[in-house]
Amino acid sequence: MAKKSRPKAAAKKIIKKKVASPKKKTSPAKASGDVFSSLLELLRRTSAELPDDIQKVILEALSREEKNTTAEYALKIIQDNIALAKKKSQPLCQDTGTVLFFISHPANFDQIKFADTARKAIVKATELGYLRQNSVNSVTGKSEPSNLGPGHPTFHFHQHKSANVEVRVMLKGGGCENVGIQYSLPYGPIEAGRDMAGVRKVILDGVVKAQGQGCGPGVLGICIGGDRSSGYLESKEQLLRKLDDTNPDKALHELETDIVASCNRLMIGPMGFGGKTTLLGCKICSQQRVPASFFVSISYMCWAYRRQGIVLGKNGAISKWLY
Amino acid sequence: MKTLTYPFTQAMVRELHVGDMVNITGKLFTGRDSVHKYLHEGNPSPVNLRNQIIYHCGPVVLKDKKTGKYRVVAAGPTTSIREEPFQWQVIRDHGIVGVIGKGGMGPKTLKACQEYGCVYFHAIGGAAQVLAERIKSVDGVYLEQFGSPEAIWELTVEDFPVVVTMDAHGNSLHQQVLDTSQAKLKELIGQGH
Ligand code: SF4
Repeated sequence: MAKKSRPKAAAKKIIKKKVASPKKKTSPAKASGDVFSSLLELLRRTSAELPDDIQKVILEALSREEKNTTAEYALKIIQDNIALAKKKSQPLCQDTGTVLFFISHPANFDQIKFADTARKAIVKATELGYLRQNSVNSVTGKSEPSNLGPGHPTFHFHQHKSANVEVRVMLKGGGCENVGIQYSLPYGPIEAGRDMAGVRKVILDGVVKAQGQGCGPGVLGICIGGDRSSGYLESKEQLLRKLDDTNPDKALHELETDIVASCNRLMIGPMGFGGKTTLLGCKICSQQRVPASFFVSISYMCWAYRRQGIVLGKNGAISKWLY
Repeated sequence: MKTLTYPFTQAMVRELHVGDMVNITGKLFTGRDSVHKYLHEGNPSPVNLRNQIIYHCGPVVLKDKKTGKYRVVAAGPTTSIREEPFQWQVIRDHGIVGVIGKGGMGPKTLKACQEYGCVYFHAIGGAAQVLAERIKSVDGVYLEQFGSPEAIWELTVEDFPVVVTMDAHGNSLHQQVLDTSQAKLKELIGQGH
């Protein structure tokens, strides 16, 4: 169980400020009001419904592509798939991914109890088909029917000052996880040095390398600095930010904007068919580094960007949706 | 939009070109890692694949307890490049005229497509629900000993949406997009790189 102090403060604040009013959704989980049912409903909704901020950029991408092109065609099918999965309450993509929990909680929160309940919710969600059996023993190659096992799911607990318990979940598919990449600067092949220009070069290089794989158009979560493990974790946490937020760090905000615009000039397009939309978004944070290391860690998220979050009320019921 | 309707022939796929958007109606056979390795090792196919299309897919198939009928609940494409070492030989020896997958394949497959008359169709990655809806029936299963996702499932599809990204004329959209994007990258990150 990974324990950690506060997450990137900037990202957190943004999320809180810009939470859209959640859609009313009647479900048995809500009525029964216990943590297990709330987490089960969270998993169901994460797997079957794309949050509004993501749907919005996919729609924008669709309107930007030329008519009667393969790019427009791919985005239309993606659009239909989003609607159909929601209607049928079935997984958007058959790869329901690695399940990652990010929990922000006040002091005196029982992490062990929470994790036990979350594991039970995963078993149930798998039985109900919200999640696929997606946990394979790396030594024996055997798939675990319960979907549990060492390292699955992962829990990232953060203590915060608010009295709320916020639970965010991300389903990270294998195809897009495979194209994530960590560069160590300087990086010779494209002469990327240890400065922001070098950072930009390797990010663009990473997107060119990922083309055709990982079901684009996608979103990048990036951490500049940190060590090899903190860099990747922070890069994933960037994917918890809402797509329409603004990075309070001016330099990072400018880099985010530039990366999206530049990548969309690469003409890789949806599915790598060619086209104007290669990236739907880019979120970047930075961490301190030691003088000897300079990592740039890139997590790539496919269009099936499944992340959702809830605030748990006192009785364990869902009191608010976060995306 | 073009249509490709069963029974498929070499002549039909030779008329297709990179960038064509195609709706396939008729029969598909799923086959992924285990099947390709098995055929590559020279084992006979349990079903005649001549003039058929292979789909790189590990579907989620449920069996109705009452009727005993199979139903596909999710059926998106899987990454094709893993079959690159085997695909050319499966095209040559089994006479398949189409491969459906995602991410594209390499030069060996492209050459085989040209020599033996086959095309690579790209399905929309992640569109599990749309694609499952276009599968109308499950007509058979072979090599079930490999496990459900790895078996050969014989499927009937209607208007199954794909894009030709490698044709029988030696063209690969993947290579074209790679070349364009690498050239653009050099521009974006400065002269010479
Ligand atoms: S990369 Fe994403 S959309 Fe593509 S198969 Fe994996 S989880 Fe699904």
